Amino acid sequence: MPQREGSPFTGLATVALKEAADHMTSARIHLVMLLVLLTAFGSVYAAIGQISQTVSEDQFLFLRLFTTAREPLPSFVAFLGFLLPLVAIALGFDAINGEYNRRTMSRILSQPIYRDALLTGKFLGCLLVIALCLLVLWLLVTGMGILLLGLPPSGEEILRGLAFLLASFVYAGVWLAVAMVFSTIFRSPATSALATLTVWLLFTVFWPMLSPLIAGAVVPVDPFDPMTAVHQVELQRAVARISPNTLFGEMTLAILNPETRSLGIVFANQLSQAVIGAPLPISQSLMLIWPQLACMIAALVVLFTGAYVSFQRQEIRA
Amino acid sequence: MNTVIETSNLVKRYRSLAAVDGLDLTVERGEVFGLLGPNGSGKTTTILLLLGLTEPTSGTVRVLGLDPLRNPLQVKRRVGYLPDQIGFYDNLTARENLLYTARLTGLSAAEANTRITEALERVRLTHAEDRRVGTFSRGMRQRLGLAEVLIKRAEIAILDEPTSGLDPQSTQELLELIVELAREGITIVLSSHLLTMVQTICNRVALFNRGRIGLMGRVSDLTSDVLGGTHVVEVEAEGVDLRTALNGAPHITGVTEQRQGLWRVDADADARPDIARRVVEAGGALRTMSIRQTTLDEVYVRYFEEERIHAAA
Repeated sequence: MPQREGSPFTGLATVALKEAADHMTSARIHLVMLLVLLTAFGSVYAAIGQISQTVSEDQFLFLRLFTTAREPLPSFVAFLGFLLPLVAIALGFDAINGEYNRRTMSRILSQPIYRDALLTGKFLGCLLVIALCLLVLWLLVTGMGILLLGLPPSGEEILRGLAFLLASFVYAGVWLAVAMVFSTIFRSPATSALATLTVWLLFTVFWPMLSPLIAGAVVPVDPFDPMTAVHQVELQRAVARISPNTLFGEMTLAILNPETRSLGIVFANQLSQAVIGAPLPISQSLMLIWPQLACMIAALVVLFTGAYVSFQRQEIRA
Repeated sequence: MNTVIETSNLVKRYRSLAAVDGLDLTVERGEVFGLLGPNGSGKTTTILLLLGLTEPTSGTVRVLGLDPLRNPLQVKRRVGYLPDQIGFYDNLTARENLLYTARLTGLSAAEANTRITEALERVRLTHAEDRRVGTFSRGMRQRLGLAEVLIKRAEIAILDEPTSGLDPQSTQELLELIVELAREGITIVLSSHLLTMVQTICNRVALFNRGRIGLMGRVSDLTSDVLGGTHVVEVEAEGVDLRTALNGAPHITGVTEQRQGLWRVDADADARPDIARRVVEAGGALRTMSIRQTTLDEVYVRYFEEERIHAAA
């Protein structure tokens, strides 16, 4: 196969900026973002009410904004874990097949760019929109906190907030990549949207039920061998961690609750001489989530590569 | 004159189906070249192969001396393409749509804007430049597509079914625009299944049939080669056997009786005076006589009919 000439990144920025601009002005994204903003306001407002009722000595009062839940509302983090995939899916589900349906694909690809630029540009454009939305959301929540709690966040809280922002960004990126894969596989946007939502439902609703079942079937607990119980729990965690939602949950737990010392099972002897409830420094919390973050980034790259391969092999004619 | 497009033994298979099956094609600079044939005869696939948008199964393509697979960016920078059933982003205005592709071509924003203004003026869409393309008619979309080719300042414009689905007036406008482009020295390759409509603007045509080129050449050469003449004279006469009356007459290449008293005379020149004289001399009563140029449709039907008969025999 002859080597092709010219840079695959020609036109990348143009595509990315155009995609981002399109999304910023599209009614679809406005609706989804409205939903996210409303839930964010609701949950943070509820959290502030809860926090001011149970005043206590808390070094990380500001982080509680994100994690405190008051019945019947879940916490801000829980809402985000649920809604961020939806935002990403809304951005990505018709990225490629939409171009075919509008019959713009052959016209765009007859311009002097490679297919790489179109796919990567679309991905980057959507990521840009996600990053902007998250940043705005985070600033809004922080601003609300300052106004209503009446105290500024500490340096470490800001750092942890930024780490949380990065984790959310990668999490949304994974779901964006899932949506992109389906948008290259299926020619109909409705099919690709349904397929992506199916995967999302599987991981959000059914995976937490499935992982104990799978673990129980593979490693049955032998009452005379306590280690089998440990193995079962470990396997269950491993299976649960296939879901990006689990990984995101663990990451936010470690970042926003500095007291979190481990994301796996802990034995009593490992806790000897530990000061229970004492917070970890941020560097240690980051160490804790490093595997989760790396896994998510890897998943993102693998999924994007899948979309890339499937797109490169496609015939252009509709 | 130099060659700008050259393919040799080009084959494209989709599984077992050969969409293009051994294509040898050359297009010279400044020509208006027509790829003509019915739907599904391999015209669009040929165009995609020329642009490097799909890979050939075997054979070679050279566009402006470059390989569209090896140097796709250079080829696409110098070749404009108007796809069949062209699509635009309906939520963007005409200008925004053009600006996007102009930026992809690598033009600076300022340069792009001046070229867009120029191009929109030429395709007479200046009044609609800030309207959403969603509100555009079919003909306006095709003209907008042509504006895109203009902005690129392409050396070759490849137009896939540019007139399909257009009303007669829009068709005429579009054909006039295409002729204008050709006059400026842009090489034009256009495909169509409406043979008669484009025969007037093409210098040379290739007639496609099931992935192969059946015939290639100037319209007038084809009509005289296949039908034996460039003109058809229809003669309504009584009391005469035209076949004997016209025996040995100059320019006459064929006489067929279509029904009692109605004859079709193929000729390579306007032979009406001669025919009239001979009918009268033979004692016949000449009722009507009409002449028209032979159309490519007739050539196509005749040629591929003969081929089918040969194949069946």
